[in-house]
Amino acid sequence: MPTILREDTGGQVLLTVLLVVTVLVPILNLAVPDGHPLHLSTYTVTLLGKYLTYALLAVAVDLVWGYLGILSLGHAAFFALGGYAMGMYLMRQIGERGVYGDPVLPDFMVFLNWKELPWFWWGFDQFWFAMLMALLVPGLLAFVFGWLAFRSRVTGVYLSIITQALTYALMLSFFRNEMGFGGNNGLTDFKELLGFNLQTDSVRIGLFVASALALAAGYLACRVIVTSRLGRVAVAIRDAEGRTRFIGYRVEHIKLAIFTFSAVLAGIAGALYVPQVGIINPGEFSPLNSIEVVIWVAVGGRATLYGAVAGALMVNYGKTYLTGAMPEAWLFALGGLFVLVTLFLPRGVAGLLAKRRAA
Amino acid sequence: MGGQVERWQYLNPGKTFAETLNISHQTLLYVEGVSVTFDGFRALNDLSFYVDTGELRCVIGPNGAGKTTMMDVITGKTRPDKGMVYFGQTIDLLQLDEPAVARVGIGRKFQKPTVFEYHSVLENLELAMAGDKGVFASLFARLTASQRDRIDEVLGIIGLTDLVGREAGALSHGQKQWLEIGMLLMQDPLLLLVDEPVAGMTHQEMERTAELLKSLAGRHTVVVVEHDMDFVRSIANKVTVLHQGSVLAEGRMDEVQADPRVIEVYLGG
Repeated sequence: MPTILREDTGGQVLLTVLLVVTVLVPILNLAVPDGHPLHLSTYTVTLLGKYLTYALLAVAVDLVWGYLGILSLGHAAFFALGGYAMGMYLMRQIGERGVYGDPVLPDFMVFLNWKELPWFWWGFDQFWFAMLMALLVPGLLAFVFGWLAFRSRVTGVYLSIITQALTYALMLSFFRNEMGFGGNNGLTDFKELLGFNLQTDSVRIGLFVASALALAAGYLACRVIVTSRLGRVAVAIRDAEGRTRFIGYRVEHIKLAIFTFSAVLAGIAGALYVPQVGIINPGEFSPLNSIEVVIWVAVGGRATLYGAVAGALMVNYGKTYLTGAMPEAWLFALGGLFVLVTLFLPRGVAGLLAKRRAA
Repeated sequence: MGGQVERWQYLNPGKTFAETLNISHQTLLYVEGVSVTFDGFRALNDLSFYVDTGELRCVIGPNGAGKTTMMDVITGKTRPDKGMVYFGQTIDLLQLDEPAVARVGIGRKFQKPTVFEYHSVLENLELAMAGDKGVFASLFARLTASQRDRIDEVLGIIGLTDLVGREAGALSHGQKQWLEIGMLLMQDPLLLLVDEPVAGMTHQEMERTAELLKSLAGRHTVVVVEHDMDFVRSIANKVTVLHQGSVLAEGRMDEVQADPRVIEVYLGG
């Protein structure tokens, strides 16, 4: 057992389960014939893949909230920016198959009567460039935002509010057609990824497996951080920021590094999310989305990482079920869940398990 | 220009702060003419005082005399309106922020014991340990055998060897105070600023703390801010009395206690 997973029973279980589903899901979908009770529909595979990208986003939030004490209410912004980078690549792949058949311009630009591709769309026909941007753009935004906020020693609820303002401002700007990201409708009607048809079962399976691997890798990377001395410094900052400064740590630098890394993880999650759901629009920047992520982490139990994954999966399964069965009840259920967890399960489901193990 | 070069010399990677530090005049800390005003309230009023190398100095004074503000100024937390603060003859402390002050060799213990509650005693000491405290250095840091030995040595000094794995939040009040002193020692500072180390301690704990601080003087320079006069009497050679933001009296404990101005301030005249 590698050092980073020692004493992390939750993580060991999580990675084992991920490994099992990565092997099992493709078999159940591709090898088991349609109509067999064990057959897994492609719809379910895609749904699971979407949950896994949410789980990666939750891990990113837990890293900064649980371990560093930064309650980010704007992490969905980094997720959405990663998603837009992937969406832009997928738009460029449509080429002449769009409604207007323009070889270069996406449909919405033709519709807006634009004559040429704006400069910030250059290079997005290259997969590697788009993926680089899916990492760089969220990372850079987090870096600049964090540099300004942490240097001015903005902490606590004030920091949470400006992260919320950040995602709200992005939402409003992406709604504008002039921004050049498809406005209200966003980017959709994708055809191909790396030349493979997005509608085929095998590509759906591929995206699911990629999401599982990304979650596993992201989880391990976060474990490397939280088990290192850097992780212990982060917790020290969370618990006594002033003290950490007086023993010689540059608190702003450490916050900035971890916050930026977390934003990059969120960007990766967003880039994997978009081809699976087939659309990215400014609604992803909605402040409510970021708050929902915080609820997943709270339900799962913060500062555990695996709890964030469990919380994301449980709450989203509940959301899928409830929005199907009783659509109007979902928001009440979500609000109620948050209240109940805050009152009775301050350490989330992970805390409940730890208590049971100790007893 | 010469002044500029000297000011930033501690940043020169080839030199440690100890080599940069110039204490040829035996004086480690210079505080001269420092004034601090908060919303019209003069917390420090033209305060001047000097601490010699290896000294154990006690600073006493009634509430609001400016004791904690003085520590805030020295450690870079508060910027004074005027005055100068030098560490040795070359390092201008007013140019440095908190982490930089810590890195030139000044450690501070707070009035309220502040240890990292969710970390073990060992981890608390490890975090405080002198060394590269950058992001990447921290990510890849491993405890070496000699660092582990140093931690064990400090654990012995502060008497927490048996509690090394205990979460700091679960320690008693006195143990937290000692752990915080241990964290100071791990920083290997030249100057220790200790704010009310025996507040809330039992009598035995107080005696042990007195022993501990006395044993540190000499190798380190120690400045203790304290209310408890018995405690001050048991450790101090030289006492500085602050009143309304400036020095009222300075000297041996018995001299200071006989000073009519000090009696007036303390007993309300």
